[in-house]
Amino acid sequence: MARAEKRLRVDWIKCDGYGTCGDMLPELIDLDEWRYPIIAPGTVPGGLIGDALRAVDCCPMKALILEKVPPPRS
Amino acid sequence: MITSAPASRLLAGPPLTGEAESFDAHRARLGPMPPTYGNGDLITTLESSGLLGRGGAGFPVGRKWRAMAGRATGRAVIVANGAEGEPPSFKDRTLMANRPHLVLDGAALAAEAVDADEIVLYIGEEHLEAVAAMRRAMRERRADIRRPMRLVEAPIGYVAGEASAAVHAINTGDARPMTTPPRMSQVGVGGHPTLVQNVESLAAAALIARFGDDWYRSAGRLATRGTALITVTGPIREPGVREIELGTPLGEVIEAAGGTRGDISAVVLGGYFGTWTHLDESWDLPLDPDSMHAEGLTFGCGIVGALGAGSCGVSAPAEIMGFMARESAGQCGPCVYGLGAIAEAARRIAHGAGKDADIDNLHRWVAQVPGRGACHHPDGAIQLMVSAMHTFGDEFAYHVRTGRCSMTRARLGDGQS
Repeated sequence: MARAEKRLRVDWIKCDGYGTCGDMLPELIDLDEWRYPIIAPGTVPGGLIGDALRAVDCCPMKALILEKVPPPRS
Repeated sequence: MITSAPASRLLAGPPLTGEAESFDAHRARLGPMPPTYGNGDLITTLESSGLLGRGGAGFPVGRKWRAMAGRATGRAVIVANGAEGEPPSFKDRTLMANRPHLVLDGAALAAEAVDADEIVLYIGEEHLEAVAAMRRAMRERRADIRRPMRLVEAPIGYVAGEASAAVHAINTGDARPMTTPPRMSQVGVGGHPTLVQNVESLAAAALIARFGDDWYRSAGRLATRGTALITVTGPIREPGVREIELGTPLGEVIEAAGGTRGDISAVVLGGYFGTWTHLDESWDLPLDPDSMHAEGLTFGCGIVGALGAGSCGVSAPAEIMGFMARESAGQCGPCVYGLGAIAEAARRIAHGAGKDADIDNLHRWVAQVPGRGACHHPDGAIQLMVSAMHTFGDEFAYHVRTGRCSMTRARLGDGQS
């Protein structure tokens, strides 16, 4: 069975717009003019999982989350 | 000709003077609380009734209760949400002030149906008559509702009624939304699974428990069955709270409210999370959530807000955006900065000081901000702005190009910006 797919999510209450994530992972994270992230829709491609984890680790507010895609809600 | 026969259900009974119906009068009129439903019978009845939540989102009530009843284990809490922070809306406070026992019936039945241990009435602190009526009603019901009940006053504020904000306020006094997950249905009041349900939805459930799903479905002219409370505002002869059969055309609702005072150009439907439409295009629009959705419009919390023909279609949404930006809980950057920037650009355009760049920025920001917050406050506010730009788009451009408003015929920018 394939490894569960992952996606990026932002805890918007924690996020303070440092923009570190967008600088580290521009492939998936754009920044708005206030340096708050705009996450590309969909799952994180396998080849970017390592970069995504580093971006999560480097967020000064611990506001970026890499999580398993939850099963669809009924 | 107005046919209003099946429309008086929630507001049936004595005239709405603001004096609460007593428990004795309520019982004499509607009979005792319906017999206890075992094994989710009431939930099945609610599901087949088609009752939709009346807080604004319109989620099916039966399905929500079913999910709560199916939780694995443990205690649970019912929150009857009467915060009603939507400025033009008066329907929840009117219901609570006049028919408090219908709301309590619904909360008690919800607690029974999902096996909850506690009932919390969460009511806007500025709704003085509603708070007083619900307090008195709670005292009258200590004997027959055997679960602990308490009333928590919701602080004034638009977002205070959002479900996670309600739970946060009840737990800590801080009525700001929380990050989800975890959902309120899993970790809510006191850490227990919590069902947050609008007071009108609870009152409707109490009637369905008495009279059945077929009875409920006998009202309604189109897909969505039943009746709903709405608030009619603006230059209308008899503005205020009314109960309508769902699917009643907008024009019929306005006529039933005595018609307009002067000409009306546009209407905002659903509230400050709602949508604008030109009245002449929507006179025959059925106020039915499904039909409205198909037209890109919203039933929301049942606001019908008329805009007089001499009012500016840029100023009105710009003022609402300013309010919504100030009402941000201030926790999430895209809401704080995004709504703030949108409101400021709209204000400049309304005052004749807008530039082409303001219009370009508005289009970019309304696409960029939604979905990027702990709650849906920015999403709802932006829905209203997008709809205003769609409905009054030419007027936005005219303001920028000429520094005038074609609706009020005013020359703008004289010290206003």
